[in-house]
This record gives sequence, structure tokens and C-alpha cells, in this order.
Amino acid sequence: MRKRLTELRRLPTLPGVHLKDEIAKISHRLIELNRNRQLDRAVWDKVELARHPKRPYTLDYIHLMFPGFIELRGDRCFGDDPAIVGGLAAYMGRTIMVIGHQKGRDLGARTRRNFGMPRPEGYRKAQRLMNLADKFGIPVFTMIDTPGAYPGVAAEERGQAGAISRSLLCMARLNVPTVALVIGEGGSGGALALALADRVLMLENSIYSVISPESCAAILWKDAGEAHLAAQTLKLTSSNLIELGAVDGVLPEPRGGAHRDHEAAAEIVKDALEDSLRELEAIHPRVRRQERFQKFRRMGVWKENGMTLF
Amino acid sequence: MARVSVDISRRGGDSTFGGAQSCPACKQLLSSEQLEANLRVCPECGNHFRVGARERVAQLVDSGTWGEIAGNLRSADPLEFFDLRPYPERIEEAEYETGLAEAMITGTCRIHKMDVVLAVMDFSFLGGSMGSVVGEKFWRAVETAIDTHFPLVAICASGGARMQEGILSLLQMAKTTCAVELLGGVPVPFVTVLTHPTTGGVMASFATLADVIIAEPGALLCFSGPRVIEQTIKEKLPDDFGRAESNLDHGQVDMIISRLELKDRLVQILGMLEGGVACALEPLWEEEESRPGRRGTLAQALDRIKAFANPSRRSS
Ligand SMILES: [Zn+2]
Repeated sequence: MRKRLTELRRLPTLPGVHLKDEIAKISHRLIELNRNRQLDRAVWDKVELARHPKRPYTLDYIHLMFPGFIELRGDRCFGDDPAIVGGLAAYMGRTIMVIGHQKGRDLGARTRRNFGMPRPEGYRKAQRLMNLADKFGIPVFTMIDTPGAYPGVAAEERGQAGAISRSLLCMARLNVPTVALVIGEGGSGGALALALADRVLMLENSIYSVISPESCAAILWKDAGEAHLAAQTLKLTSSNLIELGAVDGVLPEPRGGAHRDHEAAAEIVKDALEDSLRELEAIHPRVRRQERFQKFRRMGVWKENGMTLF
Repeated sequence: MARVSVDISRRGGDSTFGGAQSCPACKQLLSSEQLEANLRVCPECGNHFRVGARERVAQLVDSGTWGEIAGNLRSADPLEFFDLRPYPERIEEAEYETGLAEAMITGTCRIHKMDVVLAVMDFSFLGGSMGSVVGEKFWRAVETAIDTHFPLVAICASGGARMQEGILSLLQMAKTTCAVELLGGVPVPFVTVLTHPTTGGVMASFATLADVIIAEPGALLCFSGPRVIEQTIKEKLPDDFGRAESNLDHGQVDMIISRLELKDRLVQILGMLEGGVACALEPLWEEEESRPGRRGTLAQALDRIKAFANPSRRSS
């Protein structure tokens, strides 16, 4: 059937011959044939877990992991974006810089935090804190949990694109070790802006994707109702991502998900952070930077002279 | 997977069809010869039509100087992505319709006799979307610029990331940014020209990380597209939202340059930056002759600076 579809598409468009209906009919039958509702459902469960309203957020992890945390605010340019929080944390007898997207728990906080969708100020604050960390040799730990950067007129006018690209450049440039952890939703460029790190980790039930399944379904399937299928096709779960080599590690969650036991989840994250930093700090800063570049250089799959390369 | 070979030589790189078309801005009827001769700028109102990558190269580059880099890279299908149709089929169709192998072509060339590494994107190839091949081609263009010390110019046109490559397409933003950071280690100019439209992942990575950012008139340049924003705020956006002119007003680009002047102005800007490059490569206070291997515009710039700094040398 797939072959027949391809053949139909190849036919030259002749006046008076309407293949469109035929093509649409076959491609819909193909979708139904290939549909694996069980798999779609399993993937969608992960999407819902990643977005679970009781899931620990960045500040929850910060309070559970670091007894002495000093929040630093503002981008020194325009404002302070509550959708990204950051500051100095006391950690095993030393200091680390913690930065993360922050969602709100109740209605008021959700609005104030803009559902974890940063504006350019948030990314500029993140850059300021990362540069501060670099100056004092403080490792940087980021937590990713956002549906995406905020799509708004004012955010665009203040340079949302440039704020994200410069946040990426800032992370590429750092001499200190960097660890990024996707704790919930890793939504598109707004998430990646904090995730160009030496070690990129994911919690088991988090997701990380180029586009939300809902938007992807609307664009490619022309039907927002196909979000479950889009989620499965996008390969956005932690097990998909480790398989694709897009992340360096996956952290198991407490039974049933991180929302069931915040303390246990924080303990797991704390151990993973310790392991990662121990590994990274054994490497010379110059070599660490080179390894960071090489890691991201390898991202992607393409064919060269007919051979598929990873 | 065997690639089905399609004859791509039959179709040119441009997206217009034979015969006349009317300008969407002023409704003037324009023949395709007229448009091509005027670099696809409406002679009546100055509206900039989209230009395919090959045609852009022809517009900018001294004839016979283009040498393609990484022209043999092709997209794979790492996710085995199938929406309404399989990804490889979309690629194949885009190849057929554009005569290109990917949404970006890269190469070395001369522009007004100046050596340049050029990367040109084509919106008509799957919306100029950035997947693994675009990322890798950009990386190789940067490597070439580092090796040769030729300036890098990227002409951008993109709807964003290539969804069919999932997370790997998102990570091309990280990859191209790392490339820019590597390029930043040498004093080689990097200039981007943002054309209609440049949005999403390309806009939020290398496009906005250049030393000098040029925009074409009327180009839509933003991170989130107008439709996404309209859905979020439930309001109709003004027509000038995200346009080059608005970006200039808000300090997001250095200048807007008409396509008719682009070639001249580009060389002028690169030349001025290269004047600085010569200083950085070979400090003026070192009275040694330029090392062998340095040539072309860079050497000339260096000579000019030396003459400027030390007029007595001119007679010697
Ligand atoms: Zn016109």
C-alpha cells in the first residue's frame, strides 16, 4: 500500500485527473494500519507524567537538595523573569550555581511564573548567572522544565531569538563543568537554551522534544487530535532519547513517578549530580570544553556518499 | 536504503514558474525575466521576492569562483518518521522540486574578488528547515573559514527546526552554536543576512550570533511565528510584526540592506572587518614580512594598514 501511495504521488498531475482523494484515502488507511494504540497510550502517559501538576519543580529540588540557597534575580537590563530562577547553592562543602525553569503550583503562582515560559529577561538572567559562576570557578547545574519560550509580541520585540542563541553561546563558552537535567517538560528551543551542557540527563518520566505533540499534530497531521500519535512519532521519551544519543543519561524515578515522593526524587538527583561533577572535574577545563564541542558536533544522522553516519 | 534517483537537472533552483506574475505588494504584473534581472526585487515598489539558494549564489558570487563544500551530504531518516507520508518521500519531493539536495548549500567563492565562505539556505526545500545535514554543513563551512581565514557569510531563510528529525533537529541549534563559538576563537568575520522568513531554531541559533547582522527589507524575523502568537494572545497581530524594520527599531539587527546593494555593501563591511583581522593576526609593532601562505584580500588589508600606520614605509 505504501508503494502504491508513492506511485500515485509520482504520477504527473494531469488536468481532469483527481488523485488527491485517492491519495488521502490510502494514507489514512495506512495511518490506521500502522497505529499502535497501546504504544501511543504508553507514550502519552509519560507526557502526562512529565506535565503532572504535583511533580517536583526546580525550587522543590533546590530546597530539598541545597539547604543554603541564595536566589539572585534580574537581568540588569530590563527586569526579572520569574519563569527562570537561579542562584548560589551550598553543596557538599562548596558552591554551585543552580538555574532552572520554574512553573507555579497554584493559579496565582502559575500566572506569575507564566507557566514556566521564559521571556528574554529570563535567558539574560541565566547568562548573567552563568558568567558569574565562570568567574569564580563555580560549576553550573541547570534544571529544564518548560513548555517553551513565551510566544508574545513584547518578548519578540525584546529579542527572544537572540536571548536564546546567546544563552546557548554562553553555555558553549563556559570553562566550568556544566550539568543539565530535564525534570519535566523539555519544550523546544526555550528548553535547549539551558541544556547545552557537558552532561545532559533526563528524569525517567520527563520528555524532551523539538515541538509539543499538540503543535506537531496540528502542523503535520493537520489535526490536533492526533497528539498521541505525534508524541509517539516524535520519540520524546527518556528511553527514546538515550537510544538516539541525544542525552547522556536517564535517572530512575521513585515508584509511580517523582510526584509520589519528592524527597526520594531529590535524593536520586543529588547522587547523579555528585557523580557527574566528580567525573567532569577530573578533566582539564580546556579538554572539557573540547569534549563538549565534539559531543554536540556528533549530534545528528546523515548520509554521506551513500553511507549513513552517526 | 537505496535512494531513488530523480532527475534534478530539469528544474532550476528558483520557485517561480514561467511567464508573468503579479507583485503581491503593488499588483504590478512582472515578467520572470524582468524579475530575475532585477534580483527578484519588484522594480515598481521594491518588494523583495524569495530567492532560491542557487540563484542567490549566482547573484552574489563572481562567476566561475563557486566551489561547493559538503555537497554530498543527504538526510537520513533516524526516527523513521511517518506522518501523513514518510519523511524520505518528503525529502525526495523537495529534491525534485528545488533541484537541491538540502535546505542549505555551502561553498567557497569570491565576491568582488574577496575570498568568502558562503552558506545559503533555501526556503523552498522543506521550509528551509534545519535538520542534521544543515547543521553539519554549517559546521563544515565554519571549519573551512577557520582553516582558510576567509570570512563566513550565511544567508538565512528558514521556518525553524526539521520536525521529522525530532530532538536531533533541535540539537542542531546547539551544534551550530558550538561552531560559532569555535569560529570566535579566530579573528575571522562572520556576517549573517536574514531573509524572508527567518524564524524558530535558525533565528535562535547561528543567525543571531553573527558579528554583523544584516536584514533584507520586509523580511519576517522572529522566534515564534505570528500564527503561534495570535493563538496564544487571541488577538490579530499588526502587519509589521516581526518585520525587518521592526527588528531594526528594537535593536535586533544592525541594518537593512536592499538586495540590489547587498553585494557591494557586504564586501565593504567584510573589508572593514578584515582590516581589523589583519591587525589581530599580525600586530603592527612586529616589523616582519607577512608569512608565506597569506594571500588575497587579507594580505592587501595588511599592507594598507602598515602603509597607514607607517607612511615612511611607502617610499621604501
Ligand atoms: Zn511591487
